[in-house]
Amino acid sequence: MAETSVESVSAQANQGVKGNFRWVVRHPIWAFVVIIFLFFSLMTDTFFSLGNFENILVQTSTLGLIALGMTIVMINGNIDLSVGAVVALAASLTVDIMGWPMFESWGNWQILPAVAAGLASGVLLGALNGLIVWKTGVDAFIVTLGAMLGVRGLVFVYTGEQSFFAMNFAYSDFGASRFLGLPTLAWIFLVFTLLIHILLSRTVHGSNTYAVGDNREAAVNAGIRVGPHMMVNFMIVGFFAALAGITLSTQMGASTPNLGRDYELWVITATVLGGTKLTGGAGNIIGTFGGVLAIGILRNGMNLMQVPAFYVLVTLGVILIAVLFLDKQLNRKGDGELRI
Amino acid sequence: MSEAQPVLRLEGIVKTFPGVRALDGVDFSVFPGEVHALMGENGAGKSTLMKVLAGMYQPNEGRIMIDRKPVVMRNPIEAKQNGIILIHQELSLAEQMTVAENVFLGELPRTRWGFVDWKVLEERVGSILAKLNCDFGPRTNVGSLSIAKKQMVEIARALTHHAKVVVFDEPTASLTDAEKVVLFDIINDLKSDGVSIVYISHRMEEIFTISDRITVLRDGSYRGTLVAADTTEDEVTQLMIGRSLDYSRNIEQGEIGDITLEVDGLSCGRLYSDVSFAVRAGEVVGFYGLVGAGRTEIAETLFGLREPTSGTIRLDGEAVSIGSPADAIANGISLVPESRKEQGLVLGMNCRDNITLPQVDDMTAGPFVSNGAEIAIYDMYRDRLDIKAPSWRSEVGNLSGGNQQKIVIGKWLAMKPRVLIVDEPTRGIDVGSKAEIHNLIRELAHSGYAVIVISSEMPEILRVSDRVIAMYQGRIMREFTADEVNEDNLVQAISGVGNGKAA
Ligand SMILES: Nc1ncnc2c1ncn2[C@@H]1O[C@H](COP(=O)(O)OP(=O)(O)OP(=O)(O)O)[C@@H](O)[C@H]1O
Ligand SMILES: [Mg+2]
Repeated sequence: MAETSVESVSAQANQGVKGNFRWVVRHPIWAFVVIIFLFFSLMTDTFFSLGNFENILVQTSTLGLIALGMTIVMINGNIDLSVGAVVALAASLTVDIMGWPMFESWGNWQILPAVAAGLASGVLLGALNGLIVWKTGVDAFIVTLGAMLGVRGLVFVYTGEQSFFAMNFAYSDFGASRFLGLPTLAWIFLVFTLLIHILLSRTVHGSNTYAVGDNREAAVNAGIRVGPHMMVNFMIVGFFAALAGITLSTQMGASTPNLGRDYELWVITATVLGGTKLTGGAGNIIGTFGGVLAIGILRNGMNLMQVPAFYVLVTLGVILIAVLFLDKQLNRKGDGELRI
Repeated sequence: MSEAQPVLRLEGIVKTFPGVRALDGVDFSVFPGEVHALMGENGAGKSTLMKVLAGMYQPNEGRIMIDRKPVVMRNPIEAKQNGIILIHQELSLAEQMTVAENVFLGELPRTRWGFVDWKVLEERVGSILAKLNCDFGPRTNVGSLSIAKKQMVEIARALTHHAKVVVFDEPTASLTDAEKVVLFDIINDLKSDGVSIVYISHRMEEIFTISDRITVLRDGSYRGTLVAADTTEDEVTQLMIGRSLDYSRNIEQGEIGDITLEVDGLSCGRLYSDVSFAVRAGEVVGFYGLVGAGRTEIAETLFGLREPTSGTIRLDGEAVSIGSPADAIANGISLVPESRKEQGLVLGMNCRDNITLPQVDDMTAGPFVSNGAEIAIYDMYRDRLDIKAPSWRSEVGNLSGGNQQKIVIGKWLAMKPRVLIVDEPTRGIDVGSKAEIHNLIRELAHSGYAVIVISSEMPEILRVSDRVIAMYQGRIMREFTADEVNEDNLVQAISGVGNGKAA
């Protein structure tokens, strides 16, 4: 997992079977994705169809978008537990603002200020999380745990524990709309995946993200402004959580104050499945994408096989541990490794 | 030199940390193209002064002049832009990234589109590594390099900029002799380009080989500047610690008892093979060899960190199997590891807790750890090892490098082991405390411990050992008694020439 972009890019480009094997060693989650893909294709009649694949993409796009941001903050050596609460906040704000009387005459343009406000709420909360982590030095786990509780509370206060319904049909149709042969939500997820992959693997900000998570002191010594850097990354994950909240509410045509509950756990699971280390410094979007797909395929496939939902949880738990164990075995350092 | 103008001048620098006045009005100036050594005991303030110079700390008082203009440098990048580059004492690398990324950390070259320019990056780093005679490339992962090679990566950073002043803070602590030669060549090259060097080291012989002038700090204040050609080691030592060195206690040898530790035919993969030796109670056995000769790996095996592929270990005549450090500790074996930051210390914990960490179990009163007992133990080792820390509450991470090393040693002495293995015990330790630690090792043997000392410093090995085992590429080449051993036959034995008889 230790490679950064120089290696991963060239390694994938110009090597044959051996390269492919090494690629799988670095991203063992993809082996799992292939296995469960084959498994469900053989075990059910309905799994293997284009329509179902689109389904999976749309169903996982919410988790997937947040996981992109989570990968960045986790590589950075931080974590954001408040994403689920931000999903609810952004969704409620957006759906509510759209219905404000002042925008009544705006027609479909009323969506614009509403979505802008929703996204801004996520970015601002991310900035706040980052600022607190930067200025107080308190661990991100604690800071965002506080934010998770506080924001969820705010959502209940703001909504009066009510669900909001989107009266603008353009908005609620968007969730089911298609573009160039694919569901629009799938496009959104795929495009952002590509963008964040490029951000992490090609840009200076991406390299600094790895450096800060790997050895914060070294990054400071090298003159990277670690505080502002981390703040930017918290804003990115906040943006994605808000975006996920908005896409989710377009699918439902509504928002509920309970929206996004437990999302932080699912997102962290997907990210860790993809090989991102909780200790920071390692991880990548290829892995995270695999982790997100694994969860999506499992949920979808087991649902098709009519397995009760709690078995899905049990299976996921087992797979999480199995993949991390495999990762450890495959990426051993050999002779150099000390016993613990 | 007096007619030239100093390129750099620090005036009346004061720097305080909570509870410590680390620098107390220090003056320091450097001329173009000179190598200026900075010396002082552990905790004297050398690294702090250089961090002020490199923009990592802001001084409370005083000013910095570059080319006779006062400058304020708020961070390391601004210092670099002013031509000042600091190579850190403690390795400061991102382990999971490549060599190239580390060398240009904080200022990776960009393409027009804001992407990292890998091509330029690899070319530039490649040529710097070639200049340094490194046998690894820019794409190598830093985590897979040995400590010495990591040090070379740090040094490579100095060559990325057009520097006016390059500061080396104890660069040779973990370099082999060959790498040291390369480093000195680089320093001479820089010097002939008119670059000034500030060189921090505790090794006198290096200081006198390389430097033009020597400035001494003591307890955060300026003690004087000497011209290297006109002074002596003793004069520098006097200035540093206020007295001459005392080796008197080194000579005495205690009563040698029965064999405590016996190793027979021990092998571990490609790391070392067929190693046999014995250590008696009351005896110091020195292991000498080049970095990478397998000495550290043997120590790690004895301490349960590695599994041997064959061979037996006997303690007091009984074969034991040591599966983990816990087993080793239970059997009375302690290891003071070679790299304190990575293996020996919990940097975020305070001094007392680091020393008492391995034996907290023994200091309990009922279910609770007894505070008084812990402090008493800390106080004892602080006095014995002359540890300079503001109080037992100070975080170990904030101590000077040498004092961190003393804490590691204290931690293992506090365990009262029967077999004590020390790996490079005085790396980064000042001359005064070095003599203290050597004395301490002798004293420990005297009081019945079986002691193994691993060191790459010949004077150290010759000073402390009753017997010396010379290793080369994972094998024991020769075993010497204290009477036989001298510099010449030792150098021969560890370089593999002549293939001296096996022990
Ligand atoms: N960040 C910090 N916080 C608190 N105290 C510090 C900090 N950095 C240094 N000190 C203290 O300042 C004093 C000087 O430390 P410094 O590291 O400059 O010593 P040094 O001369 O480099 O020693 P060595 O030879 O052991 O490396 C020490 O007493 C140290 O404990
Ligand atoms: Mg120092």
